[in-house]
Amino acid sequence: MGSAHSMSEEVRELVSKTGFSSEQIEQLHRRFKQLSGGQPTIRKENFNNIPDLELNPIRSKIIHAFFDNRNLRKAPNGLADEINFEDFLIIMSYFRPIEPNMDEEQLERCRKEKLRFLFHMYDSDSDGRITLEEYRNVVEELLSGNPHIGKESARSIADGAMMEAASICVGQMQPDQVYEGITFDDFLKMWQGIDIETKMHVRFLNMDAIALCH
Amino acid sequence: MAFRVRGTTQEFRFPVWGLLFLALWMLPRVLGVEEIPGHNSHENQGFQIVTFKWHHVQDPYIIALWILVASLAKIVFHLSHKVTSVVPESALLIVLGLILGGIVWAADHIASFTLTPTVFFFYLLPPIVLDAGYFMPNRLFFGNLGTILLYAVIGTVWNAATTGLSLYGVYLSGIMGDLSIGLLDFLLFGSLIAAVDPVAVLAVFEEVHVNDVLFIIVFGESLLNDAVTVVLYNVFDSFVSLGADKVTGVDCVKGIVSFFVVSLGGTLIGIIFAFLLSLVTRFTKHVRIIEPGFVFIISYLSYLTSEMLSLSAILAITFCGICCQKYVKANISEQSSTTVRYTMKMLASGAETIIFMFLGISAVDPAIWTWNTAFILLTLVFISVYRAIGVVLQTWLLNKYRMVQLEIIDQVVMSYGGLRGAVAYALVVLLDEKKVKEKNLFVSTTIIVVFFTVIFQGLTIKPLVQWLKVKKSEHREPKLNEKLHGRAFDHILSAIEDISGQIGHNYLRDKWSNFDRKVLSKLLMRRSAQKSRDRILNVFHELNLKDAISYVAEGERRGSLAFIRSPSTDNIVNVDFSTPRPSTVEASVSYLLRENVSTVCLDMQALEQRRKSIRDTEDTVTHHTLQQYLYKPRQEYKHLYSRHELTSNEDEKQDKEIFHRTMRKRLESFKSTKLGINQTKKTAKLYKRERGQKRRNSSIPNGKIPMESPTRDFTFKEKELEFSDPEETNEYEAEEMSGGIEFLANVTQDTATDSTTGIDNPVFSTEEDQSIFTKVPPWLSPEETVVPSQRARVQIPYSPSNFRRLTPIRLSTKSVDSFLLADSPEERPRSFLPESTHIP
Repeated sequence: MGSAHSMSEEVRELVSKTGFSSEQIEQLHRRFKQLSGGQPTIRKENFNNIPDLELNPIRSKIIHAFFDNRNLRKAPNGLADEINFEDFLIIMSYFRPIEPNMDEEQLERCRKEKLRFLFHMYDSDSDGRITLEEYRNVVEELLSGNPHIGKESARSIADGAMMEAASICVGQMQPDQVYEGITFDDFLKMWQGIDIETKMHVRFLNMDAIALCH
Repeated sequence: MAFRVRGTTQEFRFPVWGLLFLALWMLPRVLGVEEIPGHNSHENQGFQIVTFKWHHVQDPYIIALWILVASLAKIVFHLSHKVTSVVPESALLIVLGLILGGIVWAADHIASFTLTPTVFFFYLLPPIVLDAGYFMPNRLFFGNLGTILLYAVIGTVWNAATTGLSLYGVYLSGIMGDLSIGLLDFLLFGSLIAAVDPVAVLAVFEEVHVNDVLFIIVFGESLLNDAVTVVLYNVFDSFVSLGADKVTGVDCVKGIVSFFVVSLGGTLIGIIFAFLLSLVTRFTKHVRIIEPGFVFIISYLSYLTSEMLSLSAILAITFCGICCQKYVKANISEQSSTTVRYTMKMLASGAETIIFMFLGISAVDPAIWTWNTAFILLTLVFISVYRAIGVVLQTWLLNKYRMVQLEIIDQVVMSYGGLRGAVAYALVVLLDEKKVKEKNLFVSTTIIVVFFTVIFQGLTIKPLVQWLKVKKSEHREPKLNEKLHGRAFDHILSAIEDISGQIGHNYLRDKWSNFDRKVLSKLLMRRSAQKSRDRILNVFHELNLKDAISYVAEGERRGSLAFIRSPSTDNIVNVDFSTPRPSTVEASVSYLLRENVSTVCLDMQALEQRRKSIRDTEDTVTHHTLQQYLYKPRQEYKHLYSRHELTSNEDEKQDKEIFHRTMRKRLESFKSTKLGINQTKKTAKLYKRERGQKRRNSSIPNGKIPMESPTRDFTFKEKELEFSDPEETNEYEAEEMSGGIEFLANVTQDTATDSTTGIDNPVFSTEEDQSIFTKVPPWLSPEETVVPSQRARVQIPYSPSNFRRLTPIRLSTKSVDSFLLADSPEERPRSFLPESTHIP
């Protein structure tokens, strides 16, 4: 879809909502239809058809994130059964690269959004806190790709990370203090000073150079 | 090395007294001053006790002396921090070279020592490039590979073509006067002056500390443009010798083809040798001592091989380093790895030093100087201007595709960082004077360009970077969370690319790492290494070690580890078990001290336990403790010589052991207190209740205890467990895992022995032990300035109950983890405050 084509109202709305260009939307729409098998919505099972995804150790977490109401900005918790193309785009827009002309405030907001996505992935019970249990879960999955790292060591790593988080966020604790979990503010604190520019961005291609796999 | 030394070559025979003059003679000899033959030498007197055979050792001697001079110069430079922080070392070395060259010339009136291309390309360049490749941050490098390649290939061609053509254009206008140069000569000159030099870039940028991306782009470009330089140089060189009129279109096509052959071939050679190297190191388990040698030899072979096949040698050795680093680092032992690291750095920085010094020395030779102001000035102007233009054009193109945009500031630094160096010089010296008529002009221009870029730009780039506020690289401590999140991001991104159906950077990386894990690592890594090579695990390990080391360091700061070892609670004896460094103390003294200490300790122990009237057992325990923790002074150890085995220094061993014991102590006491709690608090499993109790107890003066340290060392234990899979118990492994396994072995062993005491003495209940805690330990008195976290650490191994409490450990299953599961990490502080404690 070039500039010569007139944009439909629908697409224009999506552009303003998600920040994708109309070409990118077109591209993603094609992919969406491919995934859904021509249906207007995607269900979890549809993601299972992507062979490349199979090797991803945190696949279930990522797919989960696509249906997470918090990410879809629909509800503070719960899961959607199916998502339509707009939802799909919203999730994708978390990974849009930073525009070069953004000001400080926008950058900060953008960064926050992206981190929130990750936070939601960790915080599986939507209580606004990553508890040790949740953290361990993620770490176990994250490291499950390496057959040489057992569950035990994954756990101790998660524990270590949790300690670190606690020491960063709370500092010196009173002996009777309990660190219940990483809140989003703590999470932001941990990310302070770390560039996520390259870490959380996918360059969505404009052109048709996308390999139409499978 | 091809140092040409002029001077007499006859042998001098000295009687013994002649040696006295040796020192006086040496200097002029080395500087090439003519000797008066026969001076001071007597007639042959038959058998000579000492003969002076200068000629015999001349060449290596001079080489060694030059290296010594260069190294000493480095020391001198660094005596003044002020100078080195402003002036880059490379510039200082060049100036030094100029001065030395001046001295030599003044003495000899001929340039005796020059940097010859052979020496440079065969001996000085490879270590530097290997070092660059072997320590290349791979992820960063491959992440920016596209950008680097564009700059390296298109940028270099652009620089060469524009510089050469512009010079030719100016030449036609007649400003340069009458030179016998054709278009091809200009292009040849352009091609050799165009390439940014890896040695110079590295030397200057290492001191500037710009951000990683900027650094990798400039540096990567300087490494990868070698193929372009080599090809352009060879092509134009052959064109020049062919003659301008005989060059056909076919030759041009051949030139382009040869570029691909040279660059891809060089890369391929590098990869093949990297594969070989990784494979070899997989099997070097039993020849640890020569293990580091393989790294150097095989990479050097890759360089020579591609040189032999006239491929890009720099590319070959770079990629050899890049590709093998992961597997080699995993395969070789930690000591070998350190050896490789230091040797490589030493060779590289030594070679760099020599290169710059000899660049200076080489310049002092009137024979090569042909001055042509217009030519030289215009070359300087053109290379700077075209570099800037090239960078801006390419960046404009790249920024359309790059995720992280290259700002204008970055572009300025990139343009300004285009330093020329020894590669250009070596290439220009290689030119054949018969074919290239104005070789001397080219040589002098190159020298001027190199000096200008290294000295002037090197001097000014630092202020420039500061003035422009270029993002600096920041060195951060590795954080576990950061690594974990980073890993999560990687997976998310590749998943997003999968889902959105594009083949992007993350997609490729993901596929590659899968392939690497499934095939390459299995093939190229030892099985034991495969296990521990996860990045996250490494960071985890590192952090734990750091923690532990700081713990021990705290002990050292206080003068001893006694605070860990001493089972006594009385503040009189914070006994210094570990005497000052044994080397400084007479053996007898330390022996005496040891005796003293043991009695004191015994007494304290006895004193403390007297009321319990189980002194015998206590003595046994004490003796046992003493045996464990007292170390003989170093003098008592025999040093065995073995060429094939590096017996680890006893002192080192001792330190290590202390460290292990300390760690073990911490773990044990931690675990045991934990267990103790569990026994006494069987009913109180609930969080809130426990918290309530703690609050009640919290008036005990144990200060603020950060929850961090204990659990980390607790996890440390788990980590070690992980390392000690049966497969690993091989003796070699056990020795080299730098103590990881030894540590574990200690733990299990000692637990077994110690715990018997525990069983034998059921009298000591946990309650009694813990009552000790209620006393205010000496280090908690207000004048102590220990940081709280250290206090917490100090307290952990603090009780003699270590031994007695071990029983429950043995009884408990190994899944200590369940405690952590039940109680959150802040469990630890609680263990200090058992219910039985009362406010004193």
